[in-house]
Amino acid sequence: MSLLELAGVHRSFSVGGGLFGRKRLLQAVNGVSLTVARGEVLGLVGESGCGKSTLARILLGLLEPTGGEVLLDDRPLAAHGRREIARRIQPIFQDPYSSLNPRKTVGTIIGLPLEVQGRADAAARRRAVEDMMDQVGLARRLYHNYPNQLSGGQRQRVAIARAFVTRPEVVVCDEPTSALDVSVQSQILNLLQDLRREFDLTYVFISHNLAVVEHIATRVAVMYLGRIVEEADTRELFRAPRHPYTRALLDSVLTPEPGLGVPDTHLGAAYPNPLDPPPGCAFHPRCSMALPECRVTVPAAARDAAGGVACHLYVSSGDRLIRRPT
Amino acid sequence: MAPLLHVEGLRVDIPTPMGMLHAVRGIDLEVAQGETLCLVGESGCGKSLTALALMTLLPQRALRGARRMDFGGRNLLAVGEREMSDLRGDRMAMIFQEPMTSLNPAYTIGDQLEEVLRRHRRAQPGEARERAVFLLEKVGITGAAGRLSQYPHQLSGGLRQRVMIAMALMCAPDLIIADEPTTALDVTIQAQILHLLKSLQQEFRMGMILITHDLGVVARVADRVAVMYAGEIVESATAQALFGAPRHPYTQGLLRCIPVPGKTPPGERLGVIPGLVPAPIGELSGCQFRNRCDHARADCAAPGPRFVQVRSDHAVRCVLAQ
Repeated sequence: MSLLELAGVHRSFSVGGGLFGRKRLLQAVNGVSLTVARGEVLGLVGESGCGKSTLARILLGLLEPTGGEVLLDDRPLAAHGRREIARRIQPIFQDPYSSLNPRKTVGTIIGLPLEVQGRADAAARRRAVEDMMDQVGLARRLYHNYPNQLSGGQRQRVAIARAFVTRPEVVVCDEPTSALDVSVQSQILNLLQDLRREFDLTYVFISHNLAVVEHIATRVAVMYLGRIVEEADTRELFRAPRHPYTRALLDSVLTPEPGLGVPDTHLGAAYPNPLDPPPGCAFHPRCSMALPECRVTVPAAARDAAGGVACHLYVSSGDRLIRRPT
Repeated sequence: MAPLLHVEGLRVDIPTPMGMLHAVRGIDLEVAQGETLCLVGESGCGKSLTALALMTLLPQRALRGARRMDFGGRNLLAVGEREMSDLRGDRMAMIFQEPMTSLNPAYTIGDQLEEVLRRHRRAQPGEARERAVFLLEKVGITGAAGRLSQYPHQLSGGLRQRVMIAMALMCAPDLIIADEPTTALDVTIQAQILHLLKSLQQEFRMGMILITHDLGVVARVADRVAVMYAGEIVESATAQALFGAPRHPYTQGLLRCIPVPGKTPPGERLGVIPGLVPAPIGELSGCQFRNRCDHARADCAAPGPRFVQVRSDHAVRCVLAQ
């Protein structure tokens, strides 16, 4: 059974056109169907503006979808009540500088979710917070410190402790290590892995760093302009990407191997303007393999055992996906 | 042939309420024509201040010192502010990390590009405009002529960074200093921008100093690499030598910290460097990495260690190599 399920989720924003301008509709999430199974780490990758952070906020119940449904345990998310959602699904955000209240102490920040849940008295709360601080590797003497007295890595540990203190089932990590130095990033990734094993957690892990996603995710979904264009088990996706966009993303990863030079991704045109998306497959202006129908119709997702892909190059045949000859 | 840039003993000191912050502590740099030197290190290691010191763009309270700072046959230590501002943007140019804050929001792209040529070459408007369009096309911006009348906020991050690169190239400089030019960008755009920088560099035979914390970028772009820690260069080598056989424990640690696709087993613990980067304030002596180092021993605290040549293309500052 899936823990979380998105069924045809849409989310649009009305973007103001200034004083006399006309309001326009931006489709940030455009019909996303996705399941998150208990115990998996679902990696969500894509370029800025592809809608991955909007999707994260929908999963957290912070944003209502304008269409489609979000299900938690097969019941609509909204039916669960804000407090229950907050107890079961917690976020870790990218920027440990702006996601912590600068006027609250470390102890207060980590303890706040417990307070909101109305759990335990002050003394028990303090014990729970200190236990959590031990677990994320924060010295207890920092309990009364303020965020500005901490390093970036320590702040991200505070954010992690705050997310884990209510023992959630799902943690939505939105670029949790992007703002950190290399040596700190590896500490935080190790910590997230350890905590997942310890608490038997499910992660939705959003990142533009594909090396990190390959390392931590068990399954990966690739987003492009509000849609999921490919989804597969991590190993499969990195071994044999199907969608031309996934391939271009993987080609762009600069591994620390000297002598290989910088790859030419052949992605000529720039990322499209989300206010004015191309017709048909949104990727076709940048795709070197585009077919005539790519300019006209949006490809439907086709699935087989290995995963799913939304691309005109693939057709279903029984329970398999076949690549059309070009 | 003399190198394009030759720096010895560069220091940057910043007075703080806690004492003198030794941000850059006596580093030597050489960049030849057409060569790419990567300065790599974590936040606070002094790599960005090194760049600003080379450009004479340090914040006012920062103090710069050096035994030698030669650029294209000129002694930068003896150059006055006026002559320096003639050099900047003309013979040496800088590309900053955040193109949103380094472009002026009140002027069009065209104004800002053309000004470089008018300022340094007293170019006529038509000539400056022609060069701007030529370079915008060169950096892969479509509809270049139409872009000239746009303001920075009308462009995406990737386009703004391309505009920054075009601006740096307006006078065909001898040296480009790029400080984390792709850190704020998506991977696909990063690959495109770096690909572009490398091909333009080869075309115009520019020297380049590229500052980054991303070891993947370093491996793919650098001819030579200098690893910085706490204001010092702790290891310097060709990219091949550094990634093939890193000698300094800090470099080795950094390389273990990053997951490498196809090499790091998924889900396995990554390497860590325990502890924190020290703040280089007050009297410093010995190896600054020793408190985080697995190989540390008593003599690591002694003055030094010297920078030792372990091979012709590889030098390291560590007692293990002495």
